[in-house]
Amino acid sequence: MTTETTPTPVAADSVLSGRHRPGGPAVKPFRRRLGPWLYLAPLLLFIGVFKVWPTVWGVYLSFFHVRPYLGNEYVGTANYAKLFSDPDLRSAVVHTLFDAVFAVSGSIFVGFWLAVLLQGPARHVRILRTAVFLPTVIAMVAAAELWTTLLYPSPYGSVNSLLGKAGIGPEPFFNSPHSALASVILMQIWKNAPYDMVIFVAGLASIDREMYEACQLDGATRWQRLRFVTLPSLRPITTIVLVLGIIRGLRVFTEIWVSTNGGPAGSSESVVTFLYRQFSQNNDTGYAAAIGTALLVVTMVLTCLMLLWRRRKDI
Amino acid sequence: MRIRTRAGVWLLYALVVFVFVYPLWTVVATVFSKRQAKLGAMMNVPHGLTGANVSQAWHLGVARGLLNSLIVVAVGLTLQLTVSSLAAYALARKRFKGAGIVMLAILATMMMPEEVIAVPLFQVLGKIHQPFTGGTLVNSYGGLILPLVGWALPVYVLTGFMKRVPLELEEAARIDGAGDFHIFWRIVLPVCRPALGTCAVFGFLMIWDQYLLPLLVSQSPKMDTLTVVVTSLQASQEQGEGVRLAAVLILAVPGVLVYLALQRLFERGLLSGSLKG
Repeated sequence: MTTETTPTPVAADSVLSGRHRPGGPAVKPFRRRLGPWLYLAPLLLFIGVFKVWPTVWGVYLSFFHVRPYLGNEYVGTANYAKLFSDPDLRSAVVHTLFDAVFAVSGSIFVGFWLAVLLQGPARHVRILRTAVFLPTVIAMVAAAELWTTLLYPSPYGSVNSLLGKAGIGPEPFFNSPHSALASVILMQIWKNAPYDMVIFVAGLASIDREMYEACQLDGATRWQRLRFVTLPSLRPITTIVLVLGIIRGLRVFTEIWVSTNGGPAGSSESVVTFLYRQFSQNNDTGYAAAIGTALLVVTMVLTCLMLLWRRRKDI
Repeated sequence: MRIRTRAGVWLLYALVVFVFVYPLWTVVATVFSKRQAKLGAMMNVPHGLTGANVSQAWHLGVARGLLNSLIVVAVGLTLQLTVSSLAAYALARKRFKGAGIVMLAILATMMMPEEVIAVPLFQVLGKIHQPFTGGTLVNSYGGLILPLVGWALPVYVLTGFMKRVPLELEEAARIDGAGDFHIFWRIVLPVCRPALGTCAVFGFLMIWDQYLLPLLVSQSPKMDTLTVVVTSLQASQEQGEGVRLAAVLILAVPGVLVYLALQRLFERGLLSGSLKG
């Protein structure tokens, strides 16, 4: 049906399997060679137009001073020079790294203990796991709006009224430069720890039971069992979750933009909120494009390093 | 680890539920409470039931936002799954020159999330003109939807799944004279239903979660998606937090429903995505 050439046995065979076999004809019919690309075309079109084009366009824009209606003015590497000397961007980078490291490692820590507490196939822990997982599936915007209410900086706020009963506070949380970023991290841990929990529950289930039995025979305490069997077995997964999480954390935007808007006084500004501010409030599109390009390069380098390292370690 | 008693364990369960679930309950309680507490305060139990907060939020743009979000998620998810499964079919079942490079290129787009390329993407959307209306993709459903269609995760998951579909199934159909597309549509795709379900859950949450893209693309309240509407609502002294939280609740509920309905598919996808991906 697809081949109108003379039906030699070899051709019939390649039609049957849909694959080119060694020893078959060297030149496949045109339609057969085209086939896979027809199936790939829609995806490649979408990726080309909405991913590759903007990426290339961003690199191009980063060399310009973008002026609407007046035409773009070529400025060479001025945007990049600004990028390296801008103290506001530097503090945004510091906040972003701080946020990524603490939110991700905090989530892993809490997620691990949740998994230890709620592991296993018993019905009641399964129900509890489902319930605890809910913060993960609500939209980030909803979580951020919820937490701005929970952490409302008056004595009536939910968390402050609890703290008040213990004789602490009221704390300003998102409203003070000293605690805004920490409050964002707290919210991120609340939202992401259950996600890590599910990964650790699977990790715990895959640990060989015989290792635990051997421990028991050797008279190991519960703590030793955790320290010398559980933690080493989970190390590869933990490292992957940590590295992927930090790379993903470099582009944090929604939770900060919604809860603190980068404030107060820029104390929780991240790289992407800073980038968006350059575009939407300072009208400096070229500079925003340069920051985006730099962030993309950093992400790519880190991802490649991680892939290489994973290949070397074979995990 | 030192807690040995059952009571201690149940105490920890209670603590965990209090931290992770109770805040969500207080949203529900506050939204449906007739009497509102002071600004910033939330209710532990509703004082007199009312739907007034929901209906007020509904008229303050939530209705339009919900409609837009539903349109975006329905069209976006359909396109995303169609495009991904077509590509996955070629990558998993065909051997051709360049397959490895294509897969690598697709995975590389994982490193180009909306946040990083947002600004140039916005300008690109302003260059693309739509058929019929002649306007650009800025401030249009096309602009809200199309950038989300090409996503590496479903391609990756579906390719992996399709590779494990036995070749014999396909060969039997080929002998019966079935064409390539027929085999894809009638044989391979139905077998992949679980993987498609997983991708649908993740795609739904990914599209529903979008914030920066609609923030850029939408230029009028008419095109705002629900996430943008929710962040534009303010709490006020008279209404308390009720109306604002009603919008938050409407934004949160679909994700929860999708998760509860398709929980098994979701957890499987989560594990394959983070352990192998």
